[in-house]
Amino acid sequence: MENLNQIVAQGKKEIQEATDIRVLEDIRVTYLGKKGTITAQLKLLGTLPGDQRREAGVEINKAKGQLQQQIQARREILQKLEMDKKLNAESIDVTLPGRSLPIANLHPVTRTMNRIVELFSGLGFEVKTGPEIEDDYHNFEALNFPTHHPARTMHDTFWFDDGHLLRTHTSPVQIRAMKHMKPPIKIIAPGRVYRSDSDQTHTPMFHQVEGLVVGETITFASLKGVLNQFVNAFFEKDLKIRLRPSYFPFTEPSAEVDVEWQKDDGTTGWLEVLGCGMVHPNVLRAGGIDPEKYTGFAFGLGVERFAMLRYGVKDLRQFFENDLAFLKQFK
Amino acid sequence: MKISENWLREWVNPNLTSDELVEQLTMLGLEVDDTLPAAGNFTNVVVAQIVSIEKHSDADKLNICQVDAGTGENLQIVCGAPNARKGLITALAMIGAVLPGDFKIKKSKLRGADSNGMLCSNVELGLSDDHSGILELPNDAPVGADIRDYLELNDTIIDIDLTPNRADCFCAKGIAIDVACLNKMSATMPATDTVETTTDDCIEVILSAKEQSPRYLCRVINNIDNSKQTPIWMQEKLRRSGIRSIHPVVDVTNYVMLELGQPMHGFDKASINGAIEVKMANNGDTFTLLDGKEAKLDENYLMIADEQNYLAIAGVMGGLDSGCNEGTKNIVLESAYFNPATIMGKSRDLGIFTESALRFERGVDAYLQEQAMQRATQLILDVCGGEVGPITEAKSEECIPQAQVITLTEDKLKRVLGFAVDKQQVTSILEGLHMQVEEGDDNWKVIAPTSRFDMDIEEDLIEEVVRLIGYDKMPSQNLFGDSVIMQLPEAIITTNYIKNQLTTLGYSEAINYSFVSQKQLETLNVSQGSIALKNPLTEEFAIMRTSLLPGMLETVKYNLRRQNESVKLFESGNVFHKDERVVEDEKLIGICTGKRHLEHWSLEKDNVDFFDIKGDLENLLAGTKTSYSFVKSSLDYLHPGQQAEVILDGKTIGWIGQVHPVTCRKIGIKKPVYAFELFINSIQHTKLPAFTDVSKFPSVRRDLAMIVDDKVSYQQIKNIAVQEASDLLKNIFVFDEYKGDSIGVGKRSLAIGIVLQQTNSTFEDKVVDKLMAKVVSSLKVNLGVEIRGQ
Repeated sequence: MENLNQIVAQGKKEIQEATDIRVLEDIRVTYLGKKGTITAQLKLLGTLPGDQRREAGVEINKAKGQLQQQIQARREILQKLEMDKKLNAESIDVTLPGRSLPIANLHPVTRTMNRIVELFSGLGFEVKTGPEIEDDYHNFEALNFPTHHPARTMHDTFWFDDGHLLRTHTSPVQIRAMKHMKPPIKIIAPGRVYRSDSDQTHTPMFHQVEGLVVGETITFASLKGVLNQFVNAFFEKDLKIRLRPSYFPFTEPSAEVDVEWQKDDGTTGWLEVLGCGMVHPNVLRAGGIDPEKYTGFAFGLGVERFAMLRYGVKDLRQFFENDLAFLKQFK
Repeated sequence: MKISENWLREWVNPNLTSDELVEQLTMLGLEVDDTLPAAGNFTNVVVAQIVSIEKHSDADKLNICQVDAGTGENLQIVCGAPNARKGLITALAMIGAVLPGDFKIKKSKLRGADSNGMLCSNVELGLSDDHSGILELPNDAPVGADIRDYLELNDTIIDIDLTPNRADCFCAKGIAIDVACLNKMSATMPATDTVETTTDDCIEVILSAKEQSPRYLCRVINNIDNSKQTPIWMQEKLRRSGIRSIHPVVDVTNYVMLELGQPMHGFDKASINGAIEVKMANNGDTFTLLDGKEAKLDENYLMIADEQNYLAIAGVMGGLDSGCNEGTKNIVLESAYFNPATIMGKSRDLGIFTESALRFERGVDAYLQEQAMQRATQLILDVCGGEVGPITEAKSEECIPQAQVITLTEDKLKRVLGFAVDKQQVTSILEGLHMQVEEGDDNWKVIAPTSRFDMDIEEDLIEEVVRLIGYDKMPSQNLFGDSVIMQLPEAIITTNYIKNQLTTLGYSEAINYSFVSQKQLETLNVSQGSIALKNPLTEEFAIMRTSLLPGMLETVKYNLRRQNESVKLFESGNVFHKDERVVEDEKLIGICTGKRHLEHWSLEKDNVDFFDIKGDLENLLAGTKTSYSFVKSSLDYLHPGQQAEVILDGKTIGWIGQVHPVTCRKIGIKKPVYAFELFINSIQHTKLPAFTDVSKFPSVRRDLAMIVDDKVSYQQIKNIAVQEASDLLKNIFVFDEYKGDSIGVGKRSLAIGIVLQQTNSTFEDKVVDKLMAKVVSSLKVNLGVEIRGQ
């Protein structure tokens, strides 16, 4: 048995000295493999007398178990060392920039329009749209602009050869909506509009959001209430607004809405932000709605104006230059 | 429409400051676009007369004038104005005067001649842009008087932007009626008494275009004194309304137009042959206008003609040959009502703008003609004298618009406005606007003044009522009862928006169970503080998750076994732990493994790595517009060399890294897996875009190649660049990283691009060099960086 003890002691020593999993494996084979030293000992058991055989068998198996355990323990250590080495080699500078296509953003006009639509959607307004190439009837006639009406000159219109035109406002959608809906009606119509005007404060194309509410109890005072709520919600500020008499052929009474705004120099002043009024009976009639039974209000706002106020843009024309250095500021 | 404040106050003078009056006009719907002083800011300018004048001996265009400024002795003034002449009464800026633009008048010498002041033009005094010569004041102007007092220049010009419906306010009268009504006053009207005729001379009028010209009046005035000048008060009122003084007759017609709203015309009677006929032009006719332009006519043009020629395009402009001039002795005054539709668009088609056409297009009161004629006759008599003939009137009664009765009901008023108005208030508002009102039990029968073309239906009257009550005094009602518009904070990024971003980046949303097994938590060593269910369905679903990672790793394993080579997933949901009490936090996890791209012939076949998921996370962080950084960390379940804390605005909000390969192996995943997890609400706060102007100047890029110790992070290098270049640094990025034997163990090579830009000028090379030298020096000192190629 001294022989066995020597074998175990030698094996343990070799195991502890192994620095590599392959070496450890070789050691395992040397001792515990088919032709291994311990295996050889086991094979010798048969040559022993019966009474010694049992005792020796226990001893050899114990030695085998010890070595197996040692090898396993050593293997785990070596594996961990190997893993650590590997992980260490894989170590990176985590502060280096990531690899990606930066997510870009929507145009400020779209962003503003979405916000306006979302606010009105919350009040139950339905979104309606209409064509941009319109006819005279929807853009003017049905909106109570008779031919030769002086108000037509306020809309510098782009025309096509066949008499069609580019809509000068989103108000034609009012007519289209009324013809297809029954009161109560609550719609908003966002979209592009066109006027043949181009200078520092005018672009030939811009965006409006039109609103129309028709019902049996729609009043001028409720128009004031809705717009007040909307302006405050849009700007997330408790802004003072004022309605001021104005004129649109399709509303009567009509009003411009000003908000009190702090200017760059710190003083406050009134800034015109939208036009509105009670829908003119002629317009209700054109939409197939009985003006004796129903009243309605409508409003139209310039999206760019709201975007400029909201985000501090000073020059209207920048919206359509699409300079990336501009566009990317509206993330 | 421009009107002088003083003039308006002659009609109605409420006890209001100028600002208050202007505010009232705007709130009446007569939007004041601008207010301007009646003259520039100047002092010490007096009425003075040129006593004698002689040519400057040394300058062709200069005259030496002796000027009486009422000081007792004549002043010598050198003047270059073409209209300087002996006897002219004009304006003299005395020595010591200060003219607009802080222009100080000093004693001076012009080509050797002393000049003791300056004779002034309209431009120099800020009166108008007429710089044709020095002021021409009437002969009765008091020499020596301060010009500001004499011309009553302490006045404001109010510029009103009239909406198309308010044709009635293209004159002082219309504006005055509105202001008077609002202030519960009455406006003082000018006298329009009938002028006695002193001659029988008259001109016959033939009305051939009845529909287009339903009413046409004319009158002869003979033997006017053509040496007379327009009185200065009238000249000044015209000027303040933007109309130049031309000729007394023209000035009077313009004045009456500004006063009452009736455009008139004065013909030289000598140019009229026989009767006047109002008729339509023939297609192809031409006509020479007052300004010398040739107009091409067609059958849509309404013309004033005599028996041989056209005299004027009705309501638009007179002819070159028929107008009043300096020699005119006998005149024919026209006062007519033309149908707006007939005049509409004509001035635009002809490319000429006239005050007359503007008013006729919008609509002139069809019952105003005689009143205006009487007023103009009296004014002409006052200025130039003359013999007045009888008025010839040609009209077509059936074509003249008739005043309609409009019925306004109390019910409708309340239904449209949403609030009741006191009956008496309604009546007094309507009457205050010069309407005839018959008050019924529950209605008003109203006849609007014929000048109010915009009064047609009940709603028009409703607008008048609420306009005079004041839109600002109207109550505001909530259409939707108690429900108010929702708040939509724009600086909050919604969870959905973040989720959509992740889906766009290729991550599918997963929903894992909120309960996991104890073993799952222990594998990751995240079981601390976990809360167990009392009656779990199974051991697998026994504990509330403390992290989103364990469940997500199971999902990744499942998908890898389902033949997915690549997996990209995210989940947002609550995690739970017990501290002193139960805490729930909403977290977001992103996870990926496998190939970077779908298999594609043009794309590389690399696997994803740490920087892929980091790039995706950076996309989310960028949305917060808050500074963020990544700091190497040491979480058990992550690869020790590939993990970091995510720090936003100085606070740790989560982690990112490769899941520890040993952990993965334990779970049964062989591929490297990358993930991040953070508190979702920490990336939901952002800032509103605040636009700053885009620099128009070119940016400059400089590259730095350097060898740095492995311990030095890119973040440290970037921090130094940011610190040194501050606002000028537009962008910084790494375009190469290399490790290898040639560099040495524990070191790496980095190549960094730096983009610089100034907002107000182009960068000079020198300045860039200096700035870069600063950056380099700081890198060397603070981080021991070795710059290559230097």
